[in-house]
Amino acid sequence: MKLPAFEYACPATLAEAVALLAGDGDAKVLAGGQSLVPMMAFRVASPSLLVDLRKLADLRRIEITAAGVTLGAMARWRDIEDDARLKTAHPLLKAAVAEVAHYQIRNRGTVGGSIAHADPAAEMPGIVVTCDAEIGVVGRAGPRNIRAADFFIAPLTTALAPDEIIVEIRLPAWPAGRRWAFKEFARRRGDFAMAGTALFYDVDSGGKARDAHVGAIGVGDVPQRLAAAEAEINGRAVDIAVSERAGVAASAAVTPQSDIHASAAYRKSLLGTLVERALQSACA
Amino acid sequence: MKVSFEVNGNTVSVDVEPRLSLADCLRHVLRLTGTHVGCEHGVCGACTILVDGAAVRACLLLAVQAEGSRIVTIEGLSNDHELTPLQASFRRHHALQCGFCTPGMITTAHALLTEEPDADADRIRDVLSGNLCRCTGYISIIEAVLDARAAYKKPAP
Repeated sequence: MKLPAFEYACPATLAEAVALLAGDGDAKVLAGGQSLVPMMAFRVASPSLLVDLRKLADLRRIEITAAGVTLGAMARWRDIEDDARLKTAHPLLKAAVAEVAHYQIRNRGTVGGSIAHADPAAEMPGIVVTCDAEIGVVGRAGPRNIRAADFFIAPLTTALAPDEIIVEIRLPAWPAGRRWAFKEFARRRGDFAMAGTALFYDVDSGGKARDAHVGAIGVGDVPQRLAAAEAEINGRAVDIAVSERAGVAASAAVTPQSDIHASAAYRKSLLGTLVERALQSACA
Repeated sequence: MKVSFEVNGNTVSVDVEPRLSLADCLRHVLRLTGTHVGCEHGVCGACTILVDGAAVRACLLLAVQAEGSRIVTIEGLSNDHELTPLQASFRRHHALQCGFCTPGMITTAHALLTEEPDADADRIRDVLSGNLCRCTGYISIIEAVLDARAAYKKPAP
């Protein structure tokens, strides 16, 4: 369980960090290390070089503007938890982050690290997909933006090129009055969820829901939006009956895998229940 | 690689391989064996230490990442004269059996109560859920932490 041998670099600039990654095909970025280091302990990952981003202080910022919320890739769970502005600027993000990992992990783990790690049950990938976030990355060829929907390819696999570093996550602005909820189920709080949902919708002047976004985690290879559940919500006044139908649609739309934590059938059913409960709490 | 940081008030310099975890550096290089290493992959919480005031898992940090940090280990939370209020409370409530998890429990509880001296039983349970006790003495641990809260409250102005 000791880590395999590797080289270590701690660059002072982003350009240096990119150059280090570009110069070594087996190099990995070290952000908070709360997923990468365990993977190295299990020898699932054995990078030749770790490029530590801890000196890039600018990557830890949390910016709130009219355009939305920008999270620097090195922002930690604890930073989000402590930022009172986010309660109104992005309550869904705040609620989801409250479920991320245990106390000590929250003091080190970063949003960029979680996205790059791409665990299918993790909260942050679910939030960026549900909220149509944009992921700003920089590599040898310069900066580019990746839509969250195009970012996650398979479990632990993303659209990031080996020489690219996530710089920031941009979440679109959150209008006042938006209805939302985050629900997940884990045997012990802080553990990875067996299934979870992040959802929101806006309400028009006639009381009807529009622009519904229903995201699911833990029930597929990657976090996903569930169009069938969204279709049950859009154009309707959300109530118990709509919540139930959306839950049924969500459950039918996913094809989870069985593993040691839960069977596929259980996860499928669990997701339906969570979507139904989330909608009931969103419309209450 | 040469690294310098502060441990329990003393500045130390060590020459370590990048692969050495901070937990192993504390134990094997600095001979501070109070920090226990259980799972070595961030699940059990036994190796919890304070880095710049925050409770973190020392097995998930590399010693080279600690450059310039201020570290407090379980040794830094005790003194040679008497039991601290938190230690005394653990003793009073029989909150340790084999004792392996105790350093992690104490460091985590200390970090929590320093920031949230009014933490209730639910909050304490939530925070300590990241620390495993295989003797399963959780109830007495929660009681001990609850009972130690008074020592962390600032006197009324």
